Amino acid sequence: MAKRIDLVEGTYNERKFWLNFRRVIAYVVLAFFSLLCLFFFYIMIINSTRAHYEILASGFALLPGSSFVENFKAVFNDSTIPLLTGLINSLIVSIGTVVCSVYFSAMTAYGVHVYDFKGRKFVFNFILLIMTIPTQVTALGFVNLMQQWKLMNNFIPLIIPAIASPTVFFFMKQYMDSSLPIDIVEAARIDGANEFRTFNTIVLPILKPAMAVQAIFTFVSSWNNYFTPNLLISKTEFKTLPIMVYMWRCKDFAHTNFGHIYMVITISILPVMIIYFCLSKFIVGGVTLGAVKG
Amino acid sequence: MNPVKKRKSISSAKWGYVFIAPFFITYAIFQLWPLITTIYNSFFENYMVGLNQVGPNFVGLQNYVDFFTGAKGTPVYELVWNTIIMWLMGFIPQLLISLLFAYWFTNKRLNLKCTGVFKSIIYMPNLIMASAFALLMFSIFSNTETGPVNHFLISIGATTEKIDFFANSWSVRGIVAFMNFLMWFGNTTILLMAAMLGVDESLVEAADIDGCTPGQIFRHVTIPLIRPIMIYVFITSLVGGLQMFDVPQVLTRGQGLPNGTTKTLIMYLNDNLYSKNYGAAGAISVILFIVCAVCSLVVYYFFTDRSLKGAKSYSVKKKKARA
Repeated sequence: MAKRIDLVEGTYNERKFWLNFRRVIAYVVLAFFSLLCLFFFYIMIINSTRAHYEILASGFALLPGSSFVENFKAVFNDSTIPLLTGLINSLIVSIGTVVCSVYFSAMTAYGVHVYDFKGRKFVFNFILLIMTIPTQVTALGFVNLMQQWKLMNNFIPLIIPAIASPTVFFFMKQYMDSSLPIDIVEAARIDGANEFRTFNTIVLPILKPAMAVQAIFTFVSSWNNYFTPNLLISKTEFKTLPIMVYMWRCKDFAHTNFGHIYMVITISILPVMIIYFCLSKFIVGGVTLGAVKG
Repeated sequence: MNPVKKRKSISSAKWGYVFIAPFFITYAIFQLWPLITTIYNSFFENYMVGLNQVGPNFVGLQNYVDFFTGAKGTPVYELVWNTIIMWLMGFIPQLLISLLFAYWFTNKRLNLKCTGVFKSIIYMPNLIMASAFALLMFSIFSNTETGPVNHFLISIGATTEKIDFFANSWSVRGIVAFMNFLMWFGNTTILLMAAMLGVDESLVEAADIDGCTPGQIFRHVTIPLIRPIMIYVFITSLVGGLQMFDVPQVLTRGQGLPNGTTKTLIMYLNDNLYSKNYGAAGAISVILFIVCAVCSLVVYYFFTDRSLKGAKSYSVKKKKARA
C-alpha cells in the first residue's frame, strides 16, 4: 500500500502529514458547528434559571442562576396563558396523531404489500405522488369544512386526518419490502387466523422497529405543529403549546420577565430534546431508512 | 440480500381494498374534498367588510389577477421574493456544509472518530419546535432593554449603541435563513451521507490509483454519482421553503417586519384565512398547489427512475458496511 502511494505523489510521510492536517481541520469545523447547534439551547436553559435583572445585567452566562423554581412556578401560574393546559392538549393531540398515523399507515402498507388487487400499482404511485403536497394548500377548504361540521375548537380535525400519512406509509412499505416475508402471512392464514388477526397479532410485532421510528417522527412533528391548530382553535382551553408560545411572543416585551420567556421556551423544547438524546442513534438511523423525510 | 421470497403476494383482492380503505376515505374527506372546494372558492369574490360578508359572487379569474397585480394587499412577486430569498440564503450554505460533512463522515481514509456524536448533535435542531426556536432567537436578538447579543456587542466595544436587528430587512432575513440552515443542515448531511455510502468504492479507488487528488475525486466521481439524491434534496427543500411559516411568523409577530419584507406566501395565506378573505386565500392556495404538484412530479420521476432505485438499497448497504 505504502509503496503504491510513493509512486503516485510525494513521500509516504508527506501524504501522512496532509492526511492528519485534513483530519484536524475536519474535527475543528465539526466541533464548531456542533457547538453552534448546542449554543442557543445552552443559553436557553441557563437563562431559564436566571432572574429578570440577571438577564438584563448580562444576556449570556456560563453558569445557571437560582431562579429556576420561581420562573417555573410563574409561567404555570400566568393568568392569561395556561401553559399546563397547553402541555396537556399538545400531549393529547400528539399521542392521538401517532396512534392514527402509525397504525393505519402500517395497515395501508400491508394491504398494498400483501394482497394482489386491481389498481395496486396505482395506489402505491398515487400515495408517492401526494407525498410532497403540503397540507397548507388545502387549508382553506379544510377550515371551511370544519366550520360547517362544527368541529372548530375540537381535537378531532387535528388527529383524524393523520390516518392518511403518505410519508409514514412509504416508510412502512419500504420496511415491509425488506423484512416481512409473505410466507409468515401465508402460514398464519393456513392456521385459520382471519385477515385482521393476522395483521394485528403476527404482522404488527414484526413491524415494531419501523413503527417506533415513525412514532417518534410523527410525535415530534405534531408536537411542533403550529399552522393547523392556529387556524382551527380560538378558545384558550383547547390551545396547544406552539400557539401559546406565539401568545408569549405577543406580550409586551418591555414589561415581561425575560426569565419567564426563556422558561416557556425551555418547557416547549426540552421534552423533545431529552427524548432525542436518549434515542438519537435510533432516530438518526431512521432518517435514511425511509430515505425521504423532507 | 432480500429476505422476501419470490412469492409476491396473496390473491384475495377484497381484503386489499379493506386494508387500504381507511387511508383513502380519510384522504378523500380531509384532503381531496378540501382541495376541490379550495379551487372552487378561488373563483369567487368572498370577503368580509367589518362584520358584513361580501359575496360569494362568481368573478372568474379576478382573484388571480388581483393577486398578481397586487390590487388588494401585497403583490405576489414581493411575497415570492421574500420567501425565495430567505430560503436560498439558508439553503446554499446548508447544501455546501452538508456535502462537506457527508464527505468527511463517509471518507474511509480520513476515518474520523466520534462521528455518531457529531451526527446526533447536528441533527438535533431539526426536531426543535420552530415557533419556540423563533421566540428564543427573538429574545436573544431583541433590542428591548438589553438583548443578549446587543449587550455582548456593546461590552466588547463592537458598537456603542444597541442595534435594532428587527428594523433592517436583511438582518431579519438573515436570522430566518440562519435558523433554517441550523434546523436542516443535519438532516441534509444524513441524506447525502446515505447517498455517498451507496457510491461504488472501486470507482473511488480507481480514481485514486490514477492519481486524482481527494478534491478531484469528490468533484468528478462522488458528486455526479449522488446527483439524483441532491436533486431530491433540492426539490424537497424548495417545497419546504415555500411552506416557510412558523419561524418568520413568530419572529416578526405575523407582520413580516420591517415593512412586510419578511412576509412569506404562507403567512399571507394565513392572514387571508384569518380575515375570512376566502377569494384571495383560494387563489394563493391554488398557485402553491400547482408549484408543489410540479415539484412532486419531479421527485416522483426521480424516484421511479432507474438511477434512484438505489435509494432502497442504501439502508441495506449501510447495514452491510457496518457488519
